[in-house]
Amino acid sequence: MTDKAEYRAFVKRNSPKSPMWRSLFAAFVVGGLICMAGEGVHDAISALFPALPDEDVGSWTTVVMIFVGAFLTAIGVYDKIGRVAGGGSIIPITGFANSVVSPALEYNREGVFFGICAKMFVIAGPIIVFGIVAGILVGVLGLIG
Amino acid sequence: MSVFLTYLKVFAVGGGLCALGQLLINKTEMSSARILVTFMLLGLVLEVAGVFDAIKEFASSGVTVPITGFGSAIAKGALEGGREGGLLGAVSGGLKAAAPGVSAVILFGFLFALVFRSRSKKI
Repeated sequence: MTDKAEYRAFVKRNSPKSPMWRSLFAAFVVGGLICMAGEGVHDAISALFPALPDEDVGSWTTVVMIFVGAFLTAIGVYDKIGRVAGGGSIIPITGFANSVVSPALEYNREGVFFGICAKMFVIAGPIIVFGIVAGILVGVLGLIG
Repeated sequence: MSVFLTYLKVFAVGGGLCALGQLLINKTEMSSARILVTFMLLGLVLEVAGVFDAIKEFASSGVTVPITGFGSAIAKGALEGGREGGLLGAVSGGLKAAAPGVSAVILFGFLFALVFRSRSKKI
């Protein structure tokens, strides 16, 4: 009979090595490329609408990137990118879009109310809640400080 | 040539942030929701500390396209709201700044979920 420690050592020895450097490299390249695409969208918008203030250009860039991320998720491409890129596909704003669209699609067979509308925030919910609460904190502390 | 340099900086900083996220995933096996919250709060803290604008000046979309940009926008909106609209502005400024992104994500998520079917076969 093998004890627990021995078994753990056995598992560690025989489980495949997680490809640390390859995953970091893939995340770096794909994440960098997505950010470059965002810069391209930003430049295209400010070239097409020169009168637009810089802050609005930023907001429109976010909306376009979210649209692209949502669409690529809907046609099943984004998940394929994610399998290779890991963090490179999660951290850009397209990954935020993916985190909403993916469960919404997954659960649409459970109906519009409790399928799509409820499940779409399974991952994005914490982000929105943390974001809003932290924002209120910052705002109120900014008034005091 | 300066355009090329800008895109290079965007690639390096954006890619660097994503690699940092991947390192966190590898080391701690955090879920994607936790990773996203962590990086959003990182952007928020950098904005409050007053260094986000300097990084943005350097790396542009390299730091605004990652979710750090979302956190920074929330903090900036909250601080601006407080300056212009007192308590009500301070409380609503963050959400107001987040509104374009949140609206877009809800709208597209809802529409695409109505129109498309899930590609994964796991259920």
